[in-house]
Amino acid sequence: MKHSVVSLTINGAERQMLVAPGSTLIDVLRESQGLTGTRRGCEQGACGTCTVLVDGKTAMSCMLPVETIEGAHVETIEGLTPPQGLHPIQEAFLQGFATQCGFCTSGMIMVAAALLAKNPNPSREDVVRAISGNICRCTGYEAIIDAILDAAVRIRSAAHAEAA
Amino acid sequence: MSSEIAFPSPQHRRHGSSAGQPLTRRDGVLKVTGRATYAADNHPEGMLYAVTAVSSIARGRVTALDVEAAKAHPGVVEVLTPANRPPLSHDPDDKIPPFGFRVEVLQDDTVRYVNQPIALVIAETLEAATEGAALLNPQYEVESARTGLENGERFDTPAVGVGAPSRTAYGDIDAGLAAAVRVTEADYVTPPQYHNAMEPHAVVAQWDGDRVTLDMPNQALALSCAAYAAYFGIPAGNVLIRSPFLGGGFGSKAILNGPQILAILAARMLDRPVKLALTRAQMYGPVGHRGQTWQKLRLGTDGEGRLTALHHHVLAATSSFDEFMEPAANASLPLYASPAILAEHDGLRLDTGTPGPMRAPGEASGSAVLEVAMDEAAIACGMDPLEFRLANYAETEPGTGKPFSSKSLRECYAEGAKRFGWSGRPLEPRRMRDENGFLVGWGMGTAVFHCPHFPAEARATLRADGTALVETAGADMGQGAWTALAQIAAEALGLDPDQVELHSGISSLPDGGIAGGSGHTASAGLALHNAGVDAIARLAELATADPASPLFGAGNIGVEARSGRLHRRDDEGRSESYSEILARAGQAEVVGTAKAARDPAVAEAHALFSHGAVFAEVKVDPDLGQVRVTRLVGAFAAGRIINPRLVRSQYFGGMIWGISFALQEEAVTDRRTGRIMNADLAEYHVPVNADVPSLDAILIPEDDPYVNPLGVKGVGEIGITGTVGAIANAVWHATGVRVRHFPIRLEDLLVNQRDVTSAFGN
Repeated sequence: MKHSVVSLTINGAERQMLVAPGSTLIDVLRESQGLTGTRRGCEQGACGTCTVLVDGKTAMSCMLPVETIEGAHVETIEGLTPPQGLHPIQEAFLQGFATQCGFCTSGMIMVAAALLAKNPNPSREDVVRAISGNICRCTGYEAIIDAILDAAVRIRSAAHAEAA
Repeated sequence: MSSEIAFPSPQHRRHGSSAGQPLTRRDGVLKVTGRATYAADNHPEGMLYAVTAVSSIARGRVTALDVEAAKAHPGVVEVLTPANRPPLSHDPDDKIPPFGFRVEVLQDDTVRYVNQPIALVIAETLEAATEGAALLNPQYEVESARTGLENGERFDTPAVGVGAPSRTAYGDIDAGLAAAVRVTEADYVTPPQYHNAMEPHAVVAQWDGDRVTLDMPNQALALSCAAYAAYFGIPAGNVLIRSPFLGGGFGSKAILNGPQILAILAARMLDRPVKLALTRAQMYGPVGHRGQTWQKLRLGTDGEGRLTALHHHVLAATSSFDEFMEPAANASLPLYASPAILAEHDGLRLDTGTPGPMRAPGEASGSAVLEVAMDEAAIACGMDPLEFRLANYAETEPGTGKPFSSKSLRECYAEGAKRFGWSGRPLEPRRMRDENGFLVGWGMGTAVFHCPHFPAEARATLRADGTALVETAGADMGQGAWTALAQIAAEALGLDPDQVELHSGISSLPDGGIAGGSGHTASAGLALHNAGVDAIARLAELATADPASPLFGAGNIGVEARSGRLHRRDDEGRSESYSEILARAGQAEVVGTAKAARDPAVAEAHALFSHGAVFAEVKVDPDLGQVRVTRLVGAFAAGRIINPRLVRSQYFGGMIWGISFALQEEAVTDRRTGRIMNADLAEYHVPVNADVPSLDAILIPEDDPYVNPLGVKGVGEIGITGTVGAIANAVWHATGVRVRHFPIRLEDLLVNQRDVTSAFGN
């Protein structure tokens, strides 16, 4: 089988890459693009650790052959992080002690980003459902749920301030 | 001179000091931005990828490997097998004390368990290495796998856990049982469980002559350096381990394992950096697990519900070639008063990877069963489970009679019960239903964990700008060590935590001991504290000997370090900042160093334990048997608390591990092949947030003047103890069904439902 050329927009930058057949998105992100903020946890879509956004929707990057997403827009934790300071979700995780070992954090934050983009005012149940595919073995769930709810408030009030 | 400087003991300095106050996590920004670098994120120039090929049988020999096919695959650089594996300087079947295990590093063609490394493929890309490993197509001579009680090999063992006695007897157990009005006796089983830290074990190894740099998650830096040095025939100082972040450890990253050693060996052989990261499935074998146990409890009680005998027998599984076993029966030694206690273990050899320490090794599985047995005994005596435990409260350590260095278990019981609302609990099961008709049950358990202390060293440097650098080779696997240790150092240095830079997680720093046994904060913390005190003493010497200092001549009176200044103890108005003292002395810095270890006399004179009480509510679907934990309240007393937010996270984590133990985790072995059928995170169940109820962790204040000069006990593991039993007991209280194995599954409740319904008349 031959390598193929795939074009992706990763964190806003267009990238063309030569990929081996079956290469997954996480392989490309971590090994050839140097975007190691996306973590490899189980390689079977069971833990959510490798979650990124593909065209705005959450995707397990360990399960996604890159050939199948030609032309897609991919956003990782590095893309979510603003050039200065932190994204409101990151700020909420930081202030809320919602990280322990930190390995699941990127995936949790990307899931939160997708949730809040779609539903700026989620209920606690909405948050629980959204991150139900993400395992935190340090089991910091309550803090993570609280942080995502706090992030929703932060984003809404920032939008409100902007509108005013 | 340092003896002339008076420092009030830290227990009395909490007000206004940094310790005890919640702070932002020091590692927080790096973690929320994805910039924290875990081992596998490293990518040195010219790096190769290594992938282990693993056995698919549990016992036998590898008779053939298609090395040529693997080598012919584009990108494959080398294939290591027993035929060409370069020599190691240490026999892998010889253990390195104190925590050494036998490891599988291709020393021969024997297969001792499923997922054992049988070859290592090194390639230019991860894909090529993975494909190369798949092409090896191993052939085996298969022997039947020993997978359980029916075919495992029993043996007597002198030690369990890490050097704990396998048999401890206090009093006369037979006499105690004979004197009992009632004897409650039952058998219980706990399953094999796997740590499953989110970060798979990884290493990036780079050699430079006879020096090697290892990026790897590691809970025990100094010990690991010494062990790797032995394997590679180099001085320990030539091994540099960098472990700034660990994606969880839970005990599995404290011990050397075969795959990592092989990757380091490959890097030396090929003279290029090599990265190896285990797959999730490969973590079910060579990197430890919590071994299965079969436990028997016999509790004798008198007419007032007091224990006359407590007999805890454990048959603990281990591998066919090593000895680590869950010291589960020892969980019955420090907790309940009884004139006779017998805790004993036998071993059972199975064809599995060797078990190892996993969060609360022994305590978790032993406490789970003990607390269920206590519940059964309470019911037999017609007593409330909490009342029963209070009737058997140990005022001194059972057996030894030693006083506890501190014990606030009564307060834990009282506060936990109050917060939970325990007093309204009916004695009989199946008496409570919620608005949806679900059966509701309440259960409780006692939590207990010992307080180990590992020798550690540290350095504290006060700098000309008034800030400090403190250093110790510790490990933060998520518990927040970077934050709590900096707080301790800041307090000793009389500085704000923001003025203290902490360097840790790299083996070139002073030995920070082991991040394990819930002892890291106390161990590394005391070393940092002492180093800080030493630095201040040196600074005070400069000031008090300098006629130009307002502190001149205060040597006999003493000075106190506060807010970046030394103050004369008898005159608050006379003080000088650290910067001023250093500037006038013409010194860029002053360096304090310290070693810290437990005073043996303290352990000789006292029993050292943290305590707690956990109360659980479960709801059970009466038709489907589905169990949900709906409330969990834990009250814990663990000495002085450095950072309440971090500590609460540790308690919650432990309690959720308790939920997991009670209702979810189990590695299921195929009895025919010895393979683990759920070696992944899809079918090996661990809790996601939807499994976790609202939790409450109460921090019971406790001053411990003996355990160590900081008064710090440990909090990392105690949460799992007590919780497992509390949930199992709540399930009984909801359903009337006593399940004596873990995890409790809905089929356990369904099968017995009809009998119970008739027995309890509802």
